[in-house]
Parts: sequence; structure tokens; C-alpha cells
Amino acid sequence: MTDVQSNRPADQDEDQDTVWVQEVAFIDSVPRWMAMSFVFVVFVGTWQLVTSLGLVSPIILPTPLETLEDMIFVGKNLLTGGYMLGALWITIKEVIYGFALAIAIGFSLGVLVGETTFGEKAVMPYLVAIDTMPKVAFAPLFVAWLGFGIESKVALAAFIATFPIVVGTAAGLHSADENARMLFKTMGASRMQTLIKMKLPTGLPQIFTGLKIGAVGVMAGAITGEFLGGGRGFGELIRVAASQLNTPRVFSLILYLSLVGLALYALVTWTQRKVVFWHKERVGAYDA
Amino acid sequence: MNAAQTMDYAGAPLGAPVYELNNVSKTYARNLVVALQDVSLTLRKGSFTSVIGSSGCGKSTLLKIMAGLIPPTRGRVVLQGRPVTGPRRDIGMMFQQATLFPWKTAVENIVLPIEIRDGKAAAKKALEKAHDLMDVVGLKGFENVYPNELSGGMAQRTSICRMLITEPAVLLLDEPFSALDELSRDMMNMELQRICREQEATAFLVTHSIQEAVILSDDIVVMKPRPGRIAEIVKVDLPRPRTLHMMTTPEFGEIVDYIRGLLDKGENM
Repeated sequence: MTDVQSNRPADQDEDQDTVWVQEVAFIDSVPRWMAMSFVFVVFVGTWQLVTSLGLVSPIILPTPLETLEDMIFVGKNLLTGGYMLGALWITIKEVIYGFALAIAIGFSLGVLVGETTFGEKAVMPYLVAIDTMPKVAFAPLFVAWLGFGIESKVALAAFIATFPIVVGTAAGLHSADENARMLFKTMGASRMQTLIKMKLPTGLPQIFTGLKIGAVGVMAGAITGEFLGGGRGFGELIRVAASQLNTPRVFSLILYLSLVGLALYALVTWTQRKVVFWHKERVGAYDA
Repeated sequence: MNAAQTMDYAGAPLGAPVYELNNVSKTYARNLVVALQDVSLTLRKGSFTSVIGSSGCGKSTLLKIMAGLIPPTRGRVVLQGRPVTGPRRDIGMMFQQATLFPWKTAVENIVLPIEIRDGKAAAKKALEKAHDLMDVVGLKGFENVYPNELSGGMAQRTSICRMLITEPAVLLLDEPFSALDELSRDMMNMELQRICREQEATAFLVTHSIQEAVILSDDIVVMKPRPGRIAEIVKVDLPRPRTLHMMTTPEFGEIVDYIRGLLDKGENM
């Protein structure tokens, strides 16, 4: 008999039928939406408590209700085609152009680095060096080069989002195993055939991981660009509201902005599911 | 081992030489490492040859040379009268892993060699033949299934079809079933024998298992390491078709013992 059994209370050992009841942790029996709502309620409740008790100055932290009121105000403005919609549209354009540019450049560089020895030896070290720089610091340069229009924001957004896509693509191209490479050799496949029919499809999961990280970065890039380079986008609205100490407005603008980011992320995830249908990824909250 | 007249699977005398290697050597690292020394070997039409030896005996180098993946340093490598200078469509190869591509269905994986060599249109035309082959290996009904849904044995059956679709003159098998469990492995070996027989294939198998080599082969090339070379070519004169039951016979045991003796000698060198 093992220790585990001999340590058990005697009544459990002998008096009962040996029905093994598997214990289920409480959290496992709760649906996700319920668990999420719980956290939401606790978060907002704490927030309400902290603000209504006057623990924090209303200038620093508005109450949840104030924020909600402002969200309704901003929402109305957006829905009725007010000036905020124009600003949001500018930011969305920056994000879309920036992401498209990042995909084009990132994918090309990724293929260069992942497929050619020259790229791996001569180009990759520079990419790594640039990647380790704080990319936001380039914002003033982009403004100086491209002006205060959306070009400088697109550039910064693309700049930030490019590197994860390069890395994802290069890693993806390397992920084909030795057997698959050997098989393609024995079939007499050309380099191009090997790349298109084997390495790229094999690497798609990693490429999409790069795209997802890029999708998050592109948003940060666009807003940072607007903070530092002016313009008439959503970031500018946030900056102005903050300078006026209109914190409820800052909060609600950020929340609307996060919807844009979430939509982009969801678009990438949805595309991934359609394209990489064979790759069953663990689906979590991250995958929207 | 003494050999009576060697027969092919159907019991007829073996055919003409298909694959010939003549004094093939391979050295690496500026001639410092000799991976393969003076290997001479003839595979005749319809025969099954296995190569066995401890690691470092050069059997995977030999297989790569025979597949046209790497050139020999010296020696002649001739398949069907033409020297092997690179991968060829009359060479079929199978690996330890099935290596099916998950974005293609089973039947699409099978016609992949045709798609690579002759294009998409030719691959489409080969679909019917792929269906027939799947029938032969017992995969009827799984044509449009993705590899994720196939078991290990089914995946290897699919890769057998992929190897056969180009009608190769020689099948090079690199421990094809070693990733399977023992029961599936025995079954797949018997399947392999049946398929080779039906297709009148000339097969060359690299294996670590003496039993597997004996139950499948007409000739067993026993190799020894450092430098990799042939110790002896053992003829197996068990009757065809072989059955798993033969593994319990004294004759089978004798051959296994004999080969084990050769391998042990090789180890001490």
C-alpha cells in the first residue's frame, strides 16, 4: 500500500464504496463571460469607491459615471459625424496605411533574411541593432522629414510594426524541418518552389504571430506620432483633453481608440483562422 | 549464409541489375573523415535489400548518395544505366517521419511530386492514379482527409503512395516505420512486402532492427564503422511471401544471430 492510502482517514478507506469523485475547481465550472464580468464589476466598483470617497482628486481620476457620460457624448459626436469622427478617421487611416506598409516591408525583409544567407549574415545584424533602439525616439526625425501631416505618423507606425513581422517571417521560413527540406530536394524542387510550396505555408503560424504583434505596435506608433507630431487625429484630441485636465474625455477617447486596436487585432486573427486552417491554436482571450 | 537460387517475391529468378554502386567512397572535412569506403553494391529488379549497422557506419551517407542528395567523393553510382548526378524522378524516397503537409489533403500530398515536377495540371491528371494507390495501401475513403486526422500508420501509408506515384525504379526507405509502435510496425512491414510485390519494386531499406531486415530482405548489407564499409552481404533464403510467423522459426533465428555476430565484431574494431 502506498503512503497516500495509509494516510487517509480510516472511514474513507473502508466504510465507503470506492467512488472516485474528481474535484472540480470552482473557477473551472464558471463560464468565461461570468468570470470576466466579475472582474469588471470589482474593477469598476473599486474605482467608484476610490473616487466617491474622495481618496483621489477628480482631476486625476474621474468617476466611472463621469467617464460613461463622456463616452456617450463622444459616441454621439462620432455617430452624428462630428469633428471627432474626422479625427478618428485620420487615425484609422494612419493605422491602416502604417500596417500595410509594415506588412510589405516586413514580409520582404523577412524573406530576405530568412531565405538568403546574405540576408541572414549581412542584413539581420543591422535589423537587430535597429530593433533594440527605442523606436519612438525616431518620431521627431519623421516629423522633420515628412512634415506634420499623416505621413510622419504612418512612418512611425510602420517603423514600429515592421520588426515583429520581419522576425515572424524569418522564423517561419526557418521552421520547416529537415525531412521536409530533404523531401523537396528528392522531388527535384527549385528554390522558388521550395519557398512557395513548403517554407511559406509551414511558416504561416509564425508569420501571423508577427502580424499580431505588429498590429498592436502600429496603433501605439500612430498615437505616439500624433502626440509628438501634432496633426488632427485622435491622439491630438487626447493630448488637448489632457492639457485641459479633462480626464473623463481622455479616458473615453482611449476606450474608443482601443476598439480600433481590437478590431485590427480581430481582423488579423480572423484571417489567420481562415488561412492557417490546419493550425489549431489554443484559443484564448488574446485571440478575441 | 548459403543461398539457394535467389527468387523475387513471385518466386521467379531475380531480374537485371537496376542500381549499381562501384567502389563508392565519401570523405568529409578535407578528406579527414572517411564516412564511406569502397562500397560496391548491386540491386536487382524486384529485390529487397536492407542495410544495417551501428551509428557512424555510413548508412545514411550511403542512402543520401543513392538518392542523389550528395555526390560521392569517388566511385560510380548508376541507376538504370545512367549515372546519378542529382535527385531523379525514378528514385522514390521515404523517411522516418511521414512528412505530410497539413494544408494539403491526403490525395493532394500524394500527387505533390507530380505537381513539383510537371505542374498543377499534371498533378490533377494524376489524382485518379493516386486514388488507385490509396486503394492498394488500404486508405480508400481517406482521399480528402487532412493529415491531422490520420493516424501514424495511415500517414506512413500516405507517404508510401507519394513515393510510388512517380513509378520510381528504386525505393529508398530510411527507417520508414521506426516512429511507429511495434504492432503497427510489424503490420506495416508486411504491408510493405505486399506492396513491393504488387508493384514489382526494387527496394533498399535502412534499418536498425535485425529482425526487420531479415523478415523483409533478400540481401542484407551489414556495415561496420570508422571508416564506413561493407562487412558482409548476407543472403536471406527464407521463402516468399514472408509471414510474421517466420520470425519464430529456427532458420530466422540463425540468420539473426549470424548478423548480430557480424555487428558485434564491427563494434570492436
